Amino acid sequence: MILDLFNYWIVVILMMVGLFIIVARGNLVKKIIGLNIFQTSVFVFYISVGKVQGGSAPILSDSIEVYSNPLPHVLILTAIVVGVATTALGLALVIRIKEAYGSVEEDELQVIDNQ
Amino acid sequence: MELSTLLHATMFLPLVAVVGILLCRHQPNIRDGISLLAGVLVFACVLAIHRQFMSGGDVDITWVEILPGLSLSFSLESLGLLFALIAGFLWPVTTLYAIGYMRGHHEKNQTRFYVFFAIAIATVFAIAFSANLFTLFVFYEVLTLCTYPLVTHAGTDKAKQGGRVYLGILLSTSILMFLLAMITTWAIAGTLTFTSGGIFPEGTPAWLLSILLALYVFGIGKAAIMPFHRWLPAAMVAPTPVSALLHAVAVVKAGVFTLLKVCVFVFGLEVLPSLPATQWLIYLAGLTIVLASLVAMRKDNLKARLAYSTIGQLAYITLGALVATELAIVGSAMHIAMHAFGKITLFFCAGAIMVACHKTEVSQMAGLGKAMPVTMTAFLVASVSIIGLPPGGGTWSKWYLIWGSLEAGQQLMVVALLVSSLLNIAYLLPIPLQAFWGSSDTNVESSSQLKEAPMPSLIALVVTAFMTLVLFVYPNGVYDLANRING
Amino acid sequence: MLIHLPILQVIIPLLGAPLCLMVKGSRFVWGFTLLVSLLASMISVALLWQVEANGTLSYALGGWQAPIGIEYRIDILSAYLLLIVSCMSTIVLLGGYRSIEKEIPVSNQSYFYVAYLLCLAGLLGIVAAGDAFNVFVFLEISSLASYILIGLGKDRRALWASFQYLIVGTIGATFILIGVGYLYIMTGTLNMVDLAQRIPSVSESTTVLVAFAFLIVGVCLKLAMFPLHVWLPNAYAFAPSIVTAFLAASATKVAVYLLFRFSFGVFGIELTESILPLHEVFIGLGLAGVFAASLVAVFQQNIKRLFAYSSVAQIGYMIVGYGLDSVAGSMASLLHLFNHALMKASLFMALAAVVYRLGSVQLKDLAGLASVMPWTAAAIVIGGLSLVGVPLTVGFVSKWYLVLAALEQDLWWVALLLVVGSLLAIVYVWRIVEQMYFAPSTSGDQSDGTREAPIGLLTALWILVIANIYFGIDTRLPVGVAELAAEHIFGGRL
Repeated sequence: MILDLFNYWIVVILMMVGLFIIVARGNLVKKIIGLNIFQTSVFVFYISVGKVQGGSAPILSDSIEVYSNPLPHVLILTAIVVGVATTALGLALVIRIKEAYGSVEEDELQVIDNQ
Repeated sequence: MELSTLLHATMFLPLVAVVGILLCRHQPNIRDGISLLAGVLVFACVLAIHRQFMSGGDVDITWVEILPGLSLSFSLESLGLLFALIAGFLWPVTTLYAIGYMRGHHEKNQTRFYVFFAIAIATVFAIAFSANLFTLFVFYEVLTLCTYPLVTHAGTDKAKQGGRVYLGILLSTSILMFLLAMITTWAIAGTLTFTSGGIFPEGTPAWLLSILLALYVFGIGKAAIMPFHRWLPAAMVAPTPVSALLHAVAVVKAGVFTLLKVCVFVFGLEVLPSLPATQWLIYLAGLTIVLASLVAMRKDNLKARLAYSTIGQLAYITLGALVATELAIVGSAMHIAMHAFGKITLFFCAGAIMVACHKTEVSQMAGLGKAMPVTMTAFLVASVSIIGLPPGGGTWSKWYLIWGSLEAGQQLMVVALLVSSLLNIAYLLPIPLQAFWGSSDTNVESSSQLKEAPMPSLIALVVTAFMTLVLFVYPNGVYDLANRING
Repeated sequence: MLIHLPILQVIIPLLGAPLCLMVKGSRFVWGFTLLVSLLASMISVALLWQVEANGTLSYALGGWQAPIGIEYRIDILSAYLLLIVSCMSTIVLLGGYRSIEKEIPVSNQSYFYVAYLLCLAGLLGIVAAGDAFNVFVFLEISSLASYILIGLGKDRRALWASFQYLIVGTIGATFILIGVGYLYIMTGTLNMVDLAQRIPSVSESTTVLVAFAFLIVGVCLKLAMFPLHVWLPNAYAFAPSIVTAFLAASATKVAVYLLFRFSFGVFGIELTESILPLHEVFIGLGLAGVFAASLVAVFQQNIKRLFAYSSVAQIGYMIVGYGLDSVAGSMASLLHLFNHALMKASLFMALAAVVYRLGSVQLKDLAGLASVMPWTAAAIVIGGLSLVGVPLTVGFVSKWYLVLAALEQDLWWVALLLVVGSLLAIVYVWRIVEQMYFAPSTSGDQSDGTREAPIGLLTALWILVIANIYFGIDTRLPVGVAELAAEHIFGGRL
């Protein structure tokens, strides 16, 4: 029973782990990693949705009758690109923050700002 | 001329004058001349409107329909005309007074003063001729905003503080209650056009109308019913011409005028007495009358005393509007006129004393009568009118108010009116009497330097004092207009 | 040509963005960006005109018809939003040249305009798209661009604000992605019209509710609904002034649009009304937002931050209108969308002028501003009055309809609280007015070169200010369109 929904359990766990990191970690790089994990969970979710029991990869061929739904794959390719862009931008911001503040720890940034 | 042209002229001539004032800001004589000229022209227009109105003229102007069914429009109606006549007459007179006062007092930023003064007057005409509650509300708010720079004219901390109270109370009451009441009225009645006999459909629950009435009475903060009266004394930080025209005539009268309009043309005289809230609000008005007079007695600063006296007198008008018999309405409308002339004279005198002798406290004014006989005589005449004794015009309005209250069975209110008259005597009459017959506490040398205020100011206050006497002898013009309100 | 307008609306700014890099010289890049934005607004006017005449426009991307291909769908609501966003962008840009030149380092200016156009393209795309997944993609395009724009602020705190916005924004967008995924599971389609048709048959399922929850929370994060607003004040306060003006006038508006589109257009009124206690929750949160944010605004010393909090408060009004869940409520909310865009664009443009001359937006530095920058000060006064809701300004019109909508449902307390909320606005606006007009100038003499803002900035500012008054008097356009849009939503003719 649990194994049937194995993928979805992974999704939930990854999502929670990701959100937890974002909230609980003060290090900005770690926050970005958390964000990545969180997004990845959604990617896994989409791909799991697209899987059809016994179907093969969605490649057009005469020998294949049943194949998985290709649409979620396409969607998630786009989402992955968006995710990469977000990560890149986030990391770029972290670099600029490091240059400007000399730190990437949230609590230290707050101390500096309040001075 | 066409009626609509004349109506527009009253609203736009002051604005044209604003442009002229701004252009001539470096030539004070021309600038003040423009103000005066505009005032005279505007009054001529109002007189012409009055003549056409009496011969049955009627007009409807719609500027723009802001929301479907809700437009900025103007029409002619006797109460509004009465208000416009008063404001139109007193504007040039006050301008004359202001010229003397502002120069004698060496005020700064005189151009700004005349500009906002003219805008305020244009707004008053727009209020007077409003054809619906929405238009009235719009210009009611504009009046608040454009008088703010006048109140804070001095720019001192005290002036800013006063301005804050002024704006705070007037804006918040109007937005919080007046606006809410108006939107609700719109939701219930589907119209805001002033209609004789009221606009609410039959069967509107009395409790709802009661709440609305209370919202109107308190929301129209310019009527200064207690406990929302604090702005009026606060506004006394303004230069005296402002206090005189705006805070004895235009602004406060705009308040009670709005209230009268609401009572007569939104609720209707039939509906009003049947509401449970009316009686309580009448008691509140009576309380305001007595309390304000009591407070006035304790004020030594002359302008503050006059401010509280105004609060009391405004409550007369509110009372008459709420009692809502035909006689009481006539009394209220007449009192708008009578009190305007009396109170503006008193303020003029207060300003004249300040300019000429730099005295602001009542206790310092003993013996001034020898130095300023004209001013003090005018003060005496105006006081008599405010108290409601012959030969002052105030006699008639008070007469109708008392009669109307009796007719409505409000004996308690008759008592309040009489008590207040006694209190009026107690806080007004001693001032001129002391001035003439009291002994001066200042030494002889300085008193020999005392003199009358500058000539323009003196002329102005004599004119208004004289008017209170004229209105006693010939009250018919005012009475006719007031009586037409009842159709 | 005319039938391609829906796609041109999005594609022109999208293609314009990389082209910015090829134009040399900051004045030319600015001119080019302005041109692109102007084109976009002309297209939006044409679209609105067409939609009003002929009803909803549907555009099949690449000739592939709707369920399979991607559809761009312009109904009256979308056309209205397209008009707001593109026109605001154009006016803000028009006045922005000198401000951008001063606040952004020369080396970054090309990138600024690239990001600006991308943001515009994203926002327009969200509104034009008829497909839930495309909404997500465009949302991310506009968000990524706006993180860049905010991060370009001079103050280093801009970076930190941008980073926080990035985290929150990405979480919000991902929530929307999850919601879209669930919807796809249940219905097998991403097209919003199809979704609206198929959802009623599966509305009993909890999956649909989960999808709804994810979508709404995601959207509310983007629109900075109280209490999900924490990212907004810092982002607005530290972003370059022009960016603040642009985002305040457009980004949150588009998020409000999404809220309407998803809850009424996709899930349908019945579902939204029957299953969830939307009514109470949203009215409550909206009013809480109005009060909490206004109270915080009263105590702000940084005026940009003050107006940012005021934005959160104003969003509260829109949320109340949404929560009223009626034609009148939605109409008031949509009307306020337009009106608030006008007020906030003019206020933030005025602040851009202040920053340009004074280099500061601290309340104390504004002392005596009226004597050195009279036009700017007057603009702030009028914008502020509009915010308060004084008659003859746009603020009054939207407040009027909002209170009327509350009274229509006998929600007296809501009507009362709505007007009390505007009193708080008086307090914070008046603090600024007093400081500008009555406090003696701190800089002492006026020889330090402080004078009126450059003419370009003033022109754009006064276009907005006059619009604030014009649309407060001649209300036919916004009221008419908002009414049509609200009826359209509730007529279920999406």
